[in-house]
Amino acid sequence: MAHEETVYDALDHAHGGEGQWAFGTGFDDPLAGVDTTIPDGVDAADLGAYCLMLGDDALVLCQRLTEWATRAPELEEEVAIANCGLDLLGQARLLLARAGTCCVLGRSREHATDSIPDEDALAYFRDVDEFANHHLAEADGGDFAQTMVRLLVASTHRLALVAKLRESRDPVVSAIAAKGVPELTYHRDHAARWVLRLGDGTPESHRRAQVAVDAVWPLTADLFTATDVELRLVAQGVAVDPADTRDEVRDVLTMVVERATLTVPAWPADRPSPGRAGEHTDELAPLLATLQGLAREHPAATW
Amino acid sequence: MSAPTVARPTEDELQAQFDATIAADHRIEPRDWMPEAYRKGLVRQIAQHAHSEIIGMQPEGDWLLAAPSLRRKAVLLAKVQDEAGHGMYLYSAAETLGADRADLTDKLIEGRQKYSSIFNYPTLTYADCGVIGWLVDGAAICNQVPLCRSSYGPYARAMIRVCKEESFHQRQGYELLMTMMRGTAEQRAMVQDAVDRWWWPSLMMFGPPDDDSPNSAQSMAWGVKRHSNDELRQRYVDMSVPQAEALGVTLPDPELALDEATGRYRFGAIDWAEFKQVISGNGPCNEERITRRRAARDDNAWVTEAATAYADKHAS
Repeated sequence: MAHEETVYDALDHAHGGEGQWAFGTGFDDPLAGVDTTIPDGVDAADLGAYCLMLGDDALVLCQRLTEWATRAPELEEEVAIANCGLDLLGQARLLLARAGTCCVLGRSREHATDSIPDEDALAYFRDVDEFANHHLAEADGGDFAQTMVRLLVASTHRLALVAKLRESRDPVVSAIAAKGVPELTYHRDHAARWVLRLGDGTPESHRRAQVAVDAVWPLTADLFTATDVELRLVAQGVAVDPADTRDEVRDVLTMVVERATLTVPAWPADRPSPGRAGEHTDELAPLLATLQGLAREHPAATW
Repeated sequence: MSAPTVARPTEDELQAQFDATIAADHRIEPRDWMPEAYRKGLVRQIAQHAHSEIIGMQPEGDWLLAAPSLRRKAVLLAKVQDEAGHGMYLYSAAETLGADRADLTDKLIEGRQKYSSIFNYPTLTYADCGVIGWLVDGAAICNQVPLCRSSYGPYARAMIRVCKEESFHQRQGYELLMTMMRGTAEQRAMVQDAVDRWWWPSLMMFGPPDDDSPNSAQSMAWGVKRHSNDELRQRYVDMSVPQAEALGVTLPDPELALDEATGRYRFGAIDWAEFKQVISGNGPCNEERITRRRAARDDNAWVTEAATAYADKHAS
């Protein structure tokens, strides 16, 4: 048999039980090798809570995007949506793992056995009122227009935040932010191109895109008011005040929506984010039930 | 100035050139002359392969939202994404033969072209994701690695990349099963149950036995196919048995035994009646698979129309 035909043959020999011999299978700790010491003067509980906010936004939106898998309009879009989902999942894993190093595991650690890493204890064993994502992330996906308008808003907001978070005094948050900037730049660009095509495409796509913009806009009310945790961390040079992203976010969104020949709705009045306080819409519980069901059914299992 | 006259080669001369290329084991490229039956057969085979990649996203895709760890979710999402990519390369290869992706998709949805019948079985537990990687991708690799030497250049080149990624998926699947076998008793039972359900269908992936395979002889002669169905199936069994032992699972075939004389494994009779049922549309999930593919096309047709209209408006 030719050399090229032996790939399958070697399967059981290749596995030594250790090592990175296939993507994502050889390492358990996403922060392996990173110095996770909490910087001087920074409150660990606050830092952990902040990482959960940003991590939950990414995890929940990843789950919404993944709902499109095998159902997207084009194969190119299957690939693109999976890219965005994988990027957000990667950000979520790093942020939840960072939260895990900040002693905010709480009840989740009591439910998850020792074999379950912190990132999974937090993702799979917290209840709905312990999730800190904005409502923007959890809102039902709707049609393709709504999915792309929400992705545009979410990625514009997140990009504005993480671009500034590269200067965070927490080296882990800063590194995660630096990794996130090119990813979110792509997400924003991809979503903006679709909003242009849909807004300025056919009468039907224009109608749907306007419905989507009108539906997503009210969710921006939650994005710009800092929590007390954020304000304390801003003072310590760790976090970014979300109010400082407001102008950039509104400018970018206005530009895209106008170029898409759509009407920019009135901006809603800012309010404290209920999601950040663990208050969620009815749409989050079923999302989490799907995400967490199998892991909770087998709390002693190793995957 | 008069144009130089070049004598156009006759059909016989073109056929002779084609035959010589095949005989020399060189590649046929898109602009080369080829017999119409060669072109048609290749379009059929490549389209069926592309459809299998796309429909094959569904069984594992059903676990994407429920993957039991974030690491497994990342691995699975990347894998399902790879399959979309494979479908794209393969449809592109078919397009070099004059086919059109949208038309091929219509033929799939209307049942005029087939896909691998393995994807008409359901994924009942998370162990199925591992077993699909190990056995289904493993069988696909056995089938496809020889296609890297297919006589048709674009197909052969697409297969090189596809096979590299498939062997990656296979390792990931096997590693999941290894991990589960080291886990709880429930997890080990899940793995054994999944092996019990997928082993026989995976043997059917190599197609009907050689004495009942209508297209095989011509495909072999043209260098589109390199080994017979039964030969590849035997190779797959021989490789899988030690892997099952290393994993600690039992393959569900009481007749499976090493033939000391040949060093190969004898195995029991395959239920070809089941194969024919599944391939003719009566498998457990045939309807569901096609319904979802149709919905992706029809429910989102307005998106594609919008993209086309936008491109037309902004063409400069």
